[in-house]
Amino acid sequence: MPRDGRAVLDSALVILLAAKLSAFFDPRVLSFCASAYRILKNYLQLNISLLYWILIAPFTGHFFKISPVFRQMVFIGVRAAPMVALTAFSVGVTLAMQAAHSLQQLGAEIYVPDLVMVTLLREMGPVLIAVIVIGRSGSAVAAELGTMKVSEEIEALEVMAINPVQYLVVPRFLAMLVMLPALTIFGNYIGVFGGWAVCTFALDFNTAGYVLRALQSADTWDLYSGMIKSAVFAWIVITIACNAGLHVEGGAEGVGQATTASVVQALLAMLVTNAVLTGVFFFAV
Amino acid sequence: MNSNEAPIIEVVDLVRKFGDRTVLNDISFNVHRGETLVIMGGSGCGKSTLLRHMIGSMKPTSGSVKIFGEEIATMNEREIGRVRQRFGMLFQSGALLASLTVGENVALPLFQHTDKSPDEIEEIVEQKLQMVGLTGFEDLKPAEISGGMKKRVGLARALALDPELLFSDEPTSGLDPIMTAVVDQLTLKLAHGSHVTAVVVSHDMTSAFRIATRMIMLGHGSIVAQGTPEEIRTSTNAEVHQFINGEADGPIPLNLSQDEHEHHQHVKPRPFVNARFRFHHKTP
Ligand SMILES: Nc1ncnc2c1ncn2[C@@H]1O[C@H](COP(=O)(O)OP(=O)(O)OP(=O)(O)O)[C@@H](O)[C@H]1O
Ligand SMILES: [Mg+2]
Repeated sequence: MPRDGRAVLDSALVILLAAKLSAFFDPRVLSFCASAYRILKNYLQLNISLLYWILIAPFTGHFFKISPVFRQMVFIGVRAAPMVALTAFSVGVTLAMQAAHSLQQLGAEIYVPDLVMVTLLREMGPVLIAVIVIGRSGSAVAAELGTMKVSEEIEALEVMAINPVQYLVVPRFLAMLVMLPALTIFGNYIGVFGGWAVCTFALDFNTAGYVLRALQSADTWDLYSGMIKSAVFAWIVITIACNAGLHVEGGAEGVGQATTASVVQALLAMLVTNAVLTGVFFFAV
Repeated sequence: MNSNEAPIIEVVDLVRKFGDRTVLNDISFNVHRGETLVIMGGSGCGKSTLLRHMIGSMKPTSGSVKIFGEEIATMNEREIGRVRQRFGMLFQSGALLASLTVGENVALPLFQHTDKSPDEIEEIVEQKLQMVGLTGFEDLKPAEISGGMKKRVGLARALALDPELLFSDEPTSGLDPIMTAVVDQLTLKLAHGSHVTAVVVSHDMTSAFRIATRMIMLGHGSIVAQGTPEEIRTSTNAEVHQFINGEADGPIPLNLSQDEHEHHQHVKPRPFVNARFRFHHKTP
């Protein structure tokens, strides 16, 4: 009996699905779905083979080389530091001024450092620095791999029996996984410094008071949650950039499109993930 | 040539379509150990595409390509990697990695697939670059050398692992006559000295007749003629005659416009029509 029930349910589902699908038979919708499906499939395949090359292949004697990782850390991370510093400083200053403006009306200026610190560690630090890295390093990776794809370099690697994921993606992935959290910590420091500048020069704080309040307000979980976020963002940003680059079609024009697409996709994915993670970290627990 | 031995490459009924355009149509041939096979044919007739099927970077629409006796289209990544370490490939564009120097490009397969020390590798790189006449260019980037030099670096890289089988896509195009002779002699030396089997795509008839032990001419997707250089030279086939003598008049369609290109895809070209230069002015 339960088997029959299942069969009826199954056929009902199929009919429902067919009815739903027929509404989507517009060719534009179909081609959009097809390309979204292709991108998603490529993306999952890239992640699987990335995990294989990082976690399993080292045990079969294919250990990744470490020097390309450092080279990529310089390209992806170190070169982005000045931009990160400027952004973080501006954000720290802005946060402090906004907080001062609102809190002054309540006579609670004393809480300005708390606000700057917690907002930076939990939200603004990881998100804004990921935005900078997407715009600067993610797009550069997509463009570089895309150019290699259209100039047959990727094909040449494959023909030399060198796996492009192992040779090109793994170093960039590891570099990003280290550098984005590192940049975030760096950015947090600069942001807090920006907050200090406002508090000391425009409000009645002295340095010791600012530091004391800031340290009292933040607990380690604020820092850790921000770091977890930024590691997840690193994963998202670099895999999306590499995926876009490795699957470029057409010539220089294709490279341009893939670069733009990688920035848009990475921004969307990062912001959505941020909302989810914030929900999980601070409301679900 | 020992034809009792199994062929190194076996292409059977290979068909490849891009969309509904048939680029390779029913191609079959074998390559035996020690042969130097030259593939000729007009620009855009599918020579590079044929080569790409032999190295397994494109999959046939139908038909089979066996290399060292194994079907290449159905291999998994590990098997194909093992086969690929036994052959070298020179791409038509050179396909050097732009981010590496000339020396690093040649060293790349050695670093990836051998346990040699950096010193040994440096020595091999120097020797391979010397073979193609590029001593002292190790530290330049591909963007800093000429097109013909890129070709030769690509050749040096293809030879880095001392392959038993070499594919080269137009190794001598863009080279001056002297360098062409040097590269040809290198191919001959490899064939005679190291018994390397070679599949060479070439437009350059002097060079082709100098190195070939067998020749295949492609035209509109299929094999127009094949045989020893002598058979090809004395061929009575009008297309072959036109091609090896480089004449503008003859049976080979010139396909000067897209219209004609499409036309000839579907309709077999009429033989012995003078295909003179014609430009189609479309009136709106
Ligand atoms: N990836 C591809 N997608 C669609 N069509 C392709 C692709 N690669 C090749 N072709 C088509 O296949 C045909 C043969 O191309 P191929 O590069 O093999 O020519 P070729 O004989 O090597 O020419 P040349 O001597 O100029 O190098 C061309 O008409 C080309 O348009
Ligand atoms: Mg070609």
